[in-house]
Amino acid sequence: MTAEAADSTEAVGSVAPAADPGFLQRHGGAIEYVLIPGAALAGALGVFGIFVAMFGKNPLDLYFYMYYGAFGTWFSWQNTLTRAAPLILTALCTALPAQLGMVIIGGEGALLIGALSATSAALVLQGMPPLIVQIAMVIAGVIGGGLWVMHSGALRQYRGVNETISSLLLVYIALAVLNHLVEGAMRDPASLNKPSTREIGAANMIGSIPGTDVHWGLVFGLIAAIAAYILIYHTVFGFAARVAGGNIRAAKIVGLNVSKLILTICFLAGGAAGLAGMVEVAAVQGRTNANLAAGYGFTGILVAFLARQNPLAIIPVAILLGGISASGGLLQRRLGLPDASVLVLQGIIFVFVLASDALYGRIRFLKGKS
Amino acid sequence: MADGSIGLWTVPLAVLGGAIRVSTPFLFVSLGECITERSGRINLGLEGTLVMGAMSAYGISYLTGSPWLGVLAAGITGALLGALHAGICSLPRVNDVAVGIALMLFGTGLAFYLGKPLIEPTAPRLPAIDFGWWSDIPQVRAALRVNVLFLIGVALAPILYWAFRTTRWGLLIRTAGESSDAARAMGHSVLLIRLRATMVGGFLAGIGGSFLSLFYPGSWNEGLSSGQGITAVALVIFARWDPLLCLWASLAFGGAAALGPALQSVGVTSGYHLFNAAPYILTLAIMIITCSPKRTLTGAPAELSITR
Repeated sequence: MTAEAADSTEAVGSVAPAADPGFLQRHGGAIEYVLIPGAALAGALGVFGIFVAMFGKNPLDLYFYMYYGAFGTWFSWQNTLTRAAPLILTALCTALPAQLGMVIIGGEGALLIGALSATSAALVLQGMPPLIVQIAMVIAGVIGGGLWVMHSGALRQYRGVNETISSLLLVYIALAVLNHLVEGAMRDPASLNKPSTREIGAANMIGSIPGTDVHWGLVFGLIAAIAAYILIYHTVFGFAARVAGGNIRAAKIVGLNVSKLILTICFLAGGAAGLAGMVEVAAVQGRTNANLAAGYGFTGILVAFLARQNPLAIIPVAILLGGISASGGLLQRRLGLPDASVLVLQGIIFVFVLASDALYGRIRFLKGKS
Repeated sequence: MADGSIGLWTVPLAVLGGAIRVSTPFLFVSLGECITERSGRINLGLEGTLVMGAMSAYGISYLTGSPWLGVLAAGITGALLGALHAGICSLPRVNDVAVGIALMLFGTGLAFYLGKPLIEPTAPRLPAIDFGWWSDIPQVRAALRVNVLFLIGVALAPILYWAFRTTRWGLLIRTAGESSDAARAMGHSVLLIRLRATMVGGFLAGIGGSFLSLFYPGSWNEGLSSGQGITAVALVIFARWDPLLCLWASLAFGGAAALGPALQSVGVTSGYHLFNAAPYILTLAIMIITCSPKRTLTGAPAELSITR
């Protein structure tokens, strides 16, 4: 295994691809998975540059400030990574059900319910040691978000209700529940202008990774993504899920319990987004209010599609899109672009990425027969 | 009664007025989506189309002073977004549901971007016809102030119903939706039929958006549409792809959506947000009742990916 790996790295290092006729046949597929999304991204940036130029801004300035605001300084890197953390988790909410062939777009709802559950847990356990409160918040966030998305899975399996539409409707219902509780039963009387719950307390916040301003939520995200990757590609359960996603009839014939697969995967997916909500409460906001509906759930859908639903690929893609949203503030201040420009760019990227699906297997030189 | 106070009767009246006023965007989006889905493709991006339509209608109405030009601009914007959806979907191996989600984000983002300067100014709004002239009670008069677009939408539903059944175009759209092979065998391009159906669907959804910004609520801001577009797409499914049922369902939805503000106006403020979520809860409930895992829905176009 190690010898083989060393061998292949040597081949990449010493032999130029063109000189090795077998190289593209062996690695063409992998290259395709990097090259095509990369080209789609470049195309989207190009179109966005033209769009911005129509409003009299210099596209080169745009690219410079985007790079500078996302990855130019240590400060912007930290900003980027802080935003990437919830994106990794909400992207898993779309990517995990996608293994079963389901399109779930309700990550935003699970995030809100997760945040609400985690806040409730912290408020109930006030006065307990912080570690216990934090663990309870994680559990509450995961269960809250998990059950929320599990509804969509159960409705699909038992009632034949389309999961894409039901999960999106549940986002609006989650927002209504949050507003109802935050302005009613859970309202902190001291929060006048912005109705909020009481604060979970400074001691219960999860804090930053030592030496940085990046909170521990990033580590939660990395662990969740790696765990999801192992679950899907290296366990029997994940194999069963991919079989059911590929051919549901074959899965039933070999005796797989499809209902159990769907419910479990949807629970884990919602749990990931619920954890994102817990992280936003315990590391950023300190309480639950309408600020939590910041669109991380919707950007997560884009992350999952750009990563082609692969849990490991989600990590770099989430950092990239976290960077784009981190640079939004700088674009606003330096170029006078409206804050919605990040949304426009995300939309253009999404459209390009989906259109690029048509290119797979069609680039001739990648098949090794030039 | 003599003093004009009608007490709790305000609530059903407001719900009736709401059914007329709030239902119009639902009606236009669902009729548009009905055409698109009958051709065998689903466009989830109509939420974005609705918001873009609202923004462009408001902008054009403000610039030209004519709200009807605004309505036209909204329709054209919607048709262009529909063409974009159909164009991408006609590429091989591209999933129409995913493209819809992408256009939902793109449309809303673009509308917020272009609409930034439109939040302040006031644009001329669409006129209303007063059907409540016979009454002295202000609430009745308010409930019966009907917009022309609503009447157009109500007329459109039976026209579409008839067109699907008897006209050449209706048959072609249904053929493309039931069996693309059959349409191809007849010598028609399925992609072209679906392109046109999606453009018409986008046109109607854009007009639905213009109603939001030019009549009710009647201004442009970023919170204008919160899911009306997607609710209307779901509505088509339980209206069984029937334009007449779309009309009744839209009216029911408008009534449900007016419940929250109506209760608030008589002083019932607790649960305001929950009542505002009534249309979504209603959609979900009706989908749970009417869908079945055992069979595909009656009336579902066979080519539609979402019914499987």
